[in-house]
Amino acid sequence: MSNLAAAGEEPEILFWVGCAGAFDDRYKRVTRAFVRILEHVGVKYAVLGMEETCTGDPAKRAGNEFLFQMQAMQNITTFEGYGIKKIVTACPHCFNTIKNEYPALGGNYEVIHHSTFLQQLINEGRVGVAGGGEFKGQRITFHDSCYLGRANNIYEAPRDVLATLDADLVEMKRSKANGLCCGAGGAQMWKEPEPGKKDINVERTEEALAALDGNAAALDGLLGVESGNAGATPAPRNGQQRSIIAVSCPFCMTMMSDGVKNKERENNVQVFDLAELIATAEGLNA
Amino acid sequence: MHFSIQNILFLLVAAAGFGLFAWQVRKIRANILVGRDRDMSGNVSERLNKTLLVALGQQKMFKRITPALLHLIVYVGFIVINIEVVEILIDGIFGTHRALSFLGPLYSALVGTNEVLGALVILAVAAFWWRRNVKKVRRFTGPELRMWPRLDANIILYVEVILMVALFTMNAADLKLHQIEGVDLPGAFPISSLLTGLLPDNAAALEILERVGWWAHIVGILCFLNYLPSSKHFHIILAFPNVYYSRLVPQGQFSNVDSITHEVKAMMDPSYQVPAPATNPDGSAMAPTPFGAKDVNDLAWTNLLNAYSCTECGRCTSVCPANITGKLLSPRKIIMDTRDRMEEKYNSPLIFQPNLYGTEAKHAEPEVLDKENHTLLRGYVTPEELWACTTCNACVEACPVNINPLESIVEMRRFLVLEESAAPNSLNVMFSNIENNGAPWAFSPSDRFNWADELYVAAK
Ligand code: SF4
Ligand code: SF4
Repeated sequence: MSNLAAAGEEPEILFWVGCAGAFDDRYKRVTRAFVRILEHVGVKYAVLGMEETCTGDPAKRAGNEFLFQMQAMQNITTFEGYGIKKIVTACPHCFNTIKNEYPALGGNYEVIHHSTFLQQLINEGRVGVAGGGEFKGQRITFHDSCYLGRANNIYEAPRDVLATLDADLVEMKRSKANGLCCGAGGAQMWKEPEPGKKDINVERTEEALAALDGNAAALDGLLGVESGNAGATPAPRNGQQRSIIAVSCPFCMTMMSDGVKNKERENNVQVFDLAELIATAEGLNA
Repeated sequence: MHFSIQNILFLLVAAAGFGLFAWQVRKIRANILVGRDRDMSGNVSERLNKTLLVALGQQKMFKRITPALLHLIVYVGFIVINIEVVEILIDGIFGTHRALSFLGPLYSALVGTNEVLGALVILAVAAFWWRRNVKKVRRFTGPELRMWPRLDANIILYVEVILMVALFTMNAADLKLHQIEGVDLPGAFPISSLLTGLLPDNAAALEILERVGWWAHIVGILCFLNYLPSSKHFHIILAFPNVYYSRLVPQGQFSNVDSITHEVKAMMDPSYQVPAPATNPDGSAMAPTPFGAKDVNDLAWTNLLNAYSCTECGRCTSVCPANITGKLLSPRKIIMDTRDRMEEKYNSPLIFQPNLYGTEAKHAEPEVLDKENHTLLRGYVTPEELWACTTCNACVEACPVNINPLESIVEMRRFLVLEESAAPNSLNVMFSNIENNGAPWAFSPSDRFNWADELYVAAK
């Protein structure tokens, strides 16, 4: 960003990478995939690089309002310094915080989550996955992240993005507004869960696997699913076929990947972010 | 129209019933108003719209179809039967008999609908009773549904049946009396006409039965009215203001603490003028309010209104990921604790204080409670419950009357962190990482751009 500013140029969008996007090895791949898409469609974008700092979301959810506001003010000062107007991010937590909580502190921006941004690119025909590329016919289920879905009512954008892949999309029993948390929000990411019967991400992964395998019987083993819930059950598959859990949040990514490992299904179930799926289908992840 | 001792008696009973109710409502109102001020004015049309959809229209109930239909029967029955109550009041005051019968066919339709609904209500109540006591639907269990809430739920069902039986006794006796006398009784009685055979043929006995039914119905209603403030059934009234005053902002948006904003701004810009602290009406400085919430009066009044509107249905808890996976957290318990604590602290002199009975039995592990610190936090709600929350908003989404347990949870977390520095240690590590490295993990800010090292952008 500082380079662009020095050159007297203004970017169309600021790509907010987020701490997970910058430091988490797995999510760095998503950051790179998203940048490849941006380069591919020729959007003029900038990143803050070392000038970026945590939005304060985990501090706020944990109750540390003071630390949150310190972070928020610092970021708002940076945004104002560069005259930022439009921010795109791949993290629903950064998205929610900047979009909803910064305005009361004086920071007003157009904030877009990358799922909505990708949806727009697809609608405009700037990204078109001809025939779905390598995902054609593969079974994919989307895990709604709480801070995208319930927190901000974004349910259709990620599904629209997945629809372009021409894959076999299936829904979990609990989805959209009824989706089950991956277990990481509210600063849970940084602490051990309280004692209980099961970890939340394991429960959620079991549900995802039941949907991917078309195994309705497996739902009975879940703790919170009321039996006899309406909803079509996908055709059964043999557990050996490759299938995908799609996410659009770095915390969900970690939680669902851990869940898949816990269930020892890494050999045939993969967790991908929307940006990775699109970049791969477009042949950009060379 | 003929005045009699009955009219005078009725007037006294009705005045006492309504007066007592008004007195109880004032106590509850005072309890709610100990909460922190929060400006909820404005957005009237949006709020009314929401009230129409969610409270009147039961929008969120329909996420679960079976209970929604059963509830709808009882709810519509309640509204229509209230028209009959109006007639009873008129008859009671003026000594008339079936005062609304001048409405003719409309009256017949009204009474007829009423009868059918009355019968359906009895069936629905039976189904509710079965779900609760025989099928034991999971969300009707749980440690917070201790003795009293369990009994309360059943009392409501029994009273509803008693009221319906009284209604049918009155109608059937009246009908038979008129049949014997060979006079036409205005109205249509699809159910009562089936019941007349069960009644004696003696006119005097029928007259007594009719009176007994009539009095039982209206006294029952007045008693029930005065029972409401002690019961989860108070939601039939408070659901409306509660939905009206619910949040209109996105669920993910948490409040920013204003006093902290001033402090932070002053830190970043020494010339920033912090507004003068609020003063009491007499000009003296107000006692400083703590950050977050330790006790009920630290919560906003809307959170307290929430507590009195809760139907204890457990929909929130049944979707809570923490609760589902066996953690101690139950959003319903947080809400019920808030109500119990209000009644304990402010000693709200309701007719009786059932919410305080069996408090001990409610908690799975009473030893974790700090009975010295008899406040909402630690006295009722333990930090372990609070830290289990993922702030996922599932409870907020699920609540049919738009209660927000999450807000109370976050307020109490704020107190733990900002006033007591009592966060779990790993969260303290996260805080200091953010402070020192600008990221919740222990990475150096100078590595923030490393992701780009491996970036290879395919040539276009
Ligand atoms: S927001 Fe907290 S209390 Fe509510 S359902 Fe989610 S985890 Fe449970
Ligand atoms: S808070 Fe709402 S969902 Fe939870 S028990 Fe009370 S009324 Fe039901």
